[in-house]
Amino acid sequence: MKKLRFNRSQLCIPYAVFLILFVIAPLIVIVYYAFTNGQGHITFKNFASFFSSTNTLGTLLYSFSLAIVTTLVCLVIAYPTAYILARSNFKKKYVLLMLFILPMWINFTLRITALKEVLSVLEGNISKFPFLNSVIGMTYDFLPFMILPLYTSLLKLDKSLLEAASDLGANKLTVFLRVTLPLSVPGIISGMTMVLLPSMTNYVVLDMLYNSTYIMGSLIGSYFSAYDWNNGSLISLVLLVIIFIVTLVTNRFSDEDSNGRGALL
Amino acid sequence: MGKSENIIELIDVKKVYDGDTVAVEKFNLEVKKGEFVTFLGPSGCGKTTTLRMIAGFELPTSGQILLNGEDISNLPPNKRPVNTVFQKYALFPHLNVYENIAFGLRLKRVEATFRNDKGDSYTKKIKLTKAEIDKKVKKALEIVDLEGFEKRSVSTLSGGQQQRIAIARAIVNEPEILLLDEPLGALDLKMRKEMQIELKNMHKRLGITFIYVTHDQEEALTMSDKIVVINDGDIQQIGTPTEIYNEPVNTFVADFIGESNIFNGTVVGKLKVKFCGATFDCLDDYEINQLVDVVVRPEDIKICPVGEGQLKGKVISSVFKGVHYEITVGIGKYEITIQSTQTAPVGGMIGMRIEPDGIHLMQKVYTVNKYDGVITKTNAVEFGDGEFECDVTQLYKGSHLDEEGYLITAEGEKIDLTGVAVDVEVDTHDIIMTDDKDAGGAQGNIISMIYKGDHYRYIVRTEENEEDYVLSCPDLWNTGDLVGIIIPKDKIKLSLKPAEGENAR
Repeated sequence: MKKLRFNRSQLCIPYAVFLILFVIAPLIVIVYYAFTNGQGHITFKNFASFFSSTNTLGTLLYSFSLAIVTTLVCLVIAYPTAYILARSNFKKKYVLLMLFILPMWINFTLRITALKEVLSVLEGNISKFPFLNSVIGMTYDFLPFMILPLYTSLLKLDKSLLEAASDLGANKLTVFLRVTLPLSVPGIISGMTMVLLPSMTNYVVLDMLYNSTYIMGSLIGSYFSAYDWNNGSLISLVLLVIIFIVTLVTNRFSDEDSNGRGALL
Repeated sequence: MGKSENIIELIDVKKVYDGDTVAVEKFNLEVKKGEFVTFLGPSGCGKTTTLRMIAGFELPTSGQILLNGEDISNLPPNKRPVNTVFQKYALFPHLNVYENIAFGLRLKRVEATFRNDKGDSYTKKIKLTKAEIDKKVKKALEIVDLEGFEKRSVSTLSGGQQQRIAIARAIVNEPEILLLDEPLGALDLKMRKEMQIELKNMHKRLGITFIYVTHDQEEALTMSDKIVVINDGDIQQIGTPTEIYNEPVNTFVADFIGESNIFNGTVVGKLKVKFCGATFDCLDDYEINQLVDVVVRPEDIKICPVGEGQLKGKVISSVFKGVHYEITVGIGKYEITIQSTQTAPVGGMIGMRIEPDGIHLMQKVYTVNKYDGVITKTNAVEFGDGEFECDVTQLYKGSHLDEEGYLITAEGEKIDLTGVAVDVEVDTHDIIMTDDKDAGGAQGNIISMIYKGDHYRYIVRTEENEEDYVLSCPDLWNTGDLVGIIIPKDKIKLSLKPAEGENAR
């Protein structure tokens, strides 16, 4: 039998092909469309119109605030939950963990539809509170992505560090503020990244909750469905740059603890 | 000064985990101010648990811990003037060296006197100033010989340096007691030796009481003022290093500290003991005919020409160990280890002499195994996590069993023995170990073995209720082996429990 032999660099060919076909090529297409007009001439008009239109800038701001509020709400719910799950001797804690993870196994549209029914019972007319409903919908959707990285980073926290802190005179609150919290920052960062970025663009949640408001994702969607590839691409590009900046900033934070990145799911 | 100069006192301290695992029991200890005390014992013996109770990480199930005469048993760790150096250092990875050391200082509040507008003085607890903290951190780094490391991240330090930072972080708070939980366990041998000396010097300079936990007997002997030998949650012996080494109270201590030859001996006269087929003068006074354990250190056996000493034997092996030779000699069926600066030809005959002060006699701890047992339906007996066939007719003189399994006494009375509680005794020589763990009536792991010259004494512990079987066996087994326990039917001695004992069950 003939032996198949690869050297290391050959082994990366499938990945490189995939990367070129599905990441680099589309990126080039987006960049091309973003800086051309309908006739294929190079132009910065799309760019200028995005930053001069109060409509698009308003949407950008709205998406941002929605994403930030969602992320904060997720964090506020997720941190105590993850803390209890990771640190307590509570015997049924795995059941609790499952309760938070289980919704992820159910189809996303089904979940949101169910949520819509619950909300319309509670609020009567759900179109009255678009922002609140969007936050609720996205929190429901993205909460597990916040809990899991926090849970892993709190779980691997060395218990002797907490003992050392209390041995040195720290009471329970000080131990939390000065040891537990700083050491769970990598978990907080990766959880926030995983919630912030999708909640800026995931307009499906809004659509399904009969929401009239627009976020960045809906804007791109509407341009694309009107066959305006140029403006749609430009907005995608703007988002890409924002995401890139956010990732740079967060990486800087988590690099301080180099082994903190393992918290991603 | 108060009624005593004991800085810390443990009274009848007991710690039970999960309701039934006893980690420490009847722990009584007094530590004087400024002493260097070492808890020494094999792993899992309860030494770390005891240390953690002093630090406040574990609360004793019962008993008291007194610090300067005050009960601190239930105080949380942050309220105790005690600091710990952890086994794996437990330095805060998110803080640099300076911040690690300053951690305790920043939380510290000291009393200061102020004067208000009216001129009355009052005291208030205030934080240390930045300059004070700076000064103390600098001093602590000087003590551990790491000046200039303030800005370094702890992850860039070597194991030895991290260890020093951990020590600095603890002593900077000026604790009354410094607890050290196997602090040198993770260092290599050379580094460990250096740190031993440094710790000892640090102890002298600082005058703080040190409580040190280790399983390394050499470390304990080198550093301590007082050694507490612990095994299985019980204190075996408390004493100075020389006392522990020269006068071990039992075979466990003798075997654990240094090398020992341990034999079964019999007292044959006033200050005379017989072992290895010869009679020796000794210094320990026991009753005549009492069975004792005899401990002889290898360096206390002197080689002499054949016919001069009390013993003679054939040299089996001689190994050069640097300072001395380790010589194994066969005396009949016994084997004895000698450490000597002179060697002897392998295969040759030598004489051996032991001076009276080299012979240590100890009361035998185990001569017979005793259990609480219950007779089963099949007239077997259940004890020590196992079921063994036995002869139940010994319970009533002259009785016999009928074909249905009832016991007929000599008077003709018919008794159903099922469920009857009995005392069971089995001699250590009558228990047999087997590789086939299911072949015997019970099974367990070998937890201890001590060589007794011509045989080994093993302790086999069952998993379920941690029942111990003490037995003698000439063959070598390994600690940790899972073995089956066989006891011949006629070797199990049964007796009825006294009446009130029966009610108690």
